[in-house]
Amino acid sequence: MQIYLPIAEMSVNVFLLLGMGGAIGFLSGLFGVGGGFLMTPLLIFIGVPPAVAVATEANQIVASSVSGVLAHWRRGNVDFKMGLILLIGGIAGSTFGVGLFSVLRGLGQIDLVISLSYVVFLGIIGTLMLVESLRSMRQRKVSAGQPRKLHQHTWIHGLPLKTRFRRSKLYISALLPFAIGFLVGVLAAIMGVGGGFIMVPAMIYLLGMPTSVVIGTSLFQIIFVTANVTFLQAYANQTVDVVLALLLLTGAVIGAQFGARAGARLHGEQLRGLLAAMVLLVCSKLFYDLLVTPADLYSLGVAL
Amino acid sequence: MSAGTRCASRLACAAAFLVLSGAANAAQAQSLVADLSKRLVAITTGFVGTDVLLFGAVEGEGDIVIVVRGPDRPVTMYRKSRVLGIWANTAQMTFERAPSFYAIATSKPIREIAPDVVRARHEMGVDALRLDLPAAKASRNVARDWRQGLIRNFQKSGLYGHEVGSVTFLGNQLFRVELHLPANVPTGAYQVITYLLKDGHVASAQTMPLFVSKIGAEAAIFDFATRYSAYYGLIAIVIALMAGWLAHLAFRKG
Repeated sequence: MQIYLPIAEMSVNVFLLLGMGGAIGFLSGLFGVGGGFLMTPLLIFIGVPPAVAVATEANQIVASSVSGVLAHWRRGNVDFKMGLILLIGGIAGSTFGVGLFSVLRGLGQIDLVISLSYVVFLGIIGTLMLVESLRSMRQRKVSAGQPRKLHQHTWIHGLPLKTRFRRSKLYISALLPFAIGFLVGVLAAIMGVGGGFIMVPAMIYLLGMPTSVVIGTSLFQIIFVTANVTFLQAYANQTVDVVLALLLLTGAVIGAQFGARAGARLHGEQLRGLLAAMVLLVCSKLFYDLLVTPADLYSLGVAL
Repeated sequence: MSAGTRCASRLACAAAFLVLSGAANAAQAQSLVADLSKRLVAITTGFVGTDVLLFGAVEGEGDIVIVVRGPDRPVTMYRKSRVLGIWANTAQMTFERAPSFYAIATSKPIREIAPDVVRARHEMGVDALRLDLPAAKASRNVARDWRQGLIRNFQKSGLYGHEVGSVTFLGNQLFRVELHLPANVPTGAYQVITYLLKDGHVASAQTMPLFVSKIGAEAAIFDFATRYSAYYGLIAIVIALMAGWLAHLAFRKG
């Protein structure tokens, strides 16, 4: 059954979109990630214009983050104060990002920047995760894990505007979460991702937040940042396709349930290793496409 | 199927009408008459492309060339080259006007019925399209590469016909051709031009408008998104919030 997408201006099979939503939803339930970094390249791959893919995916992430954050909120796993500062950074970053997006689109460089951002960030995160999960798997076998220091003082603790975050049990400069929020906001606008895959490691390793509140707090921030991206993209570029977003999220919601159940049967390190492998796979595919000689050197630009 | 039979019967009606009117005032009979099976192509939810039947009649011997053009638009193009091992867009060129859709159908191979001059004047065939670049910006060879790039890209997306369609004659006077519009056809006012060629000259021509527009829910959504883009953005967010909340409720039960 074909459906015509009003903003993407193309005709796509409904079941393909539901299936894609379901598959990515399954993976996001399995690994506890948003899945935007997989869905956006996939949408571009089936022929959705990159600008529409990025903006629509932001809209879909709003929905999946809401359902996620409500569950975490009930368990008290959201640090609202930290979330608020991340959010202020995120709003600033995403507003800047949407502006940058429009400028790059005018210059004809947006596709390249989207691909390069994916290659760089997926490459870094994927490698880090793979190394980490391999190390912890080996350590588990030897069963001689070194006890980690509770607090390591670095230059980061010398920054001004120190603030106490009770729920996260931290006393750090507010500039730090602001900067992380800003970076993630820019990425959300340009890459069409929630940015959880950047923010979660940054919160754990850079800020030193307890793992229990990290997911809930990042989801809380992602809702507002992706909502801001949705609004700005719809307003400035008219690239949000609600029909596409609705179809994707319907599939994603169902897929996520099955994914979460399957995830309960796997070990944490195995999960992380699998996720790392998948991230690196997407990364190398995108990188390969940048390196290989294109079939046609000439391409059509977007009508301005 | 029903569309086909309806078209066929309309064709018969048109033929009967032509014969009658031809008999009535043979003195000032038109040498070419043509019509389309529909003047409006509606893009609705299930739109997967459509065929439009063009049918008509000619008086005396002659060949038919039919050209379908979408509205002209400026087209920006990019050329890639290798920068630090990565392929990036490094050159940009804007054609001031290019048809957003182009298809051609003829009753015989175009080179047999129309000399170069005629093809160039009436823009018959993608090779004959007038796609001008600002002369200052591109030398001749470079302009030709850009031009071929544009045609290739439009052909790949299905908006410029790869092949010349064939107009079939039923007897000596009646002709018909199915014109295909793909699913990604741009909206706007199209021109369908029917040329009657005799001995390599255009003896007669007829231009018909064809409208391609979004109808129904698609049109409403698109209109709203472009006209009230701020509200559209807010509604998109509200829909997503509601959907997320519903998903949470369903998830909690399950």
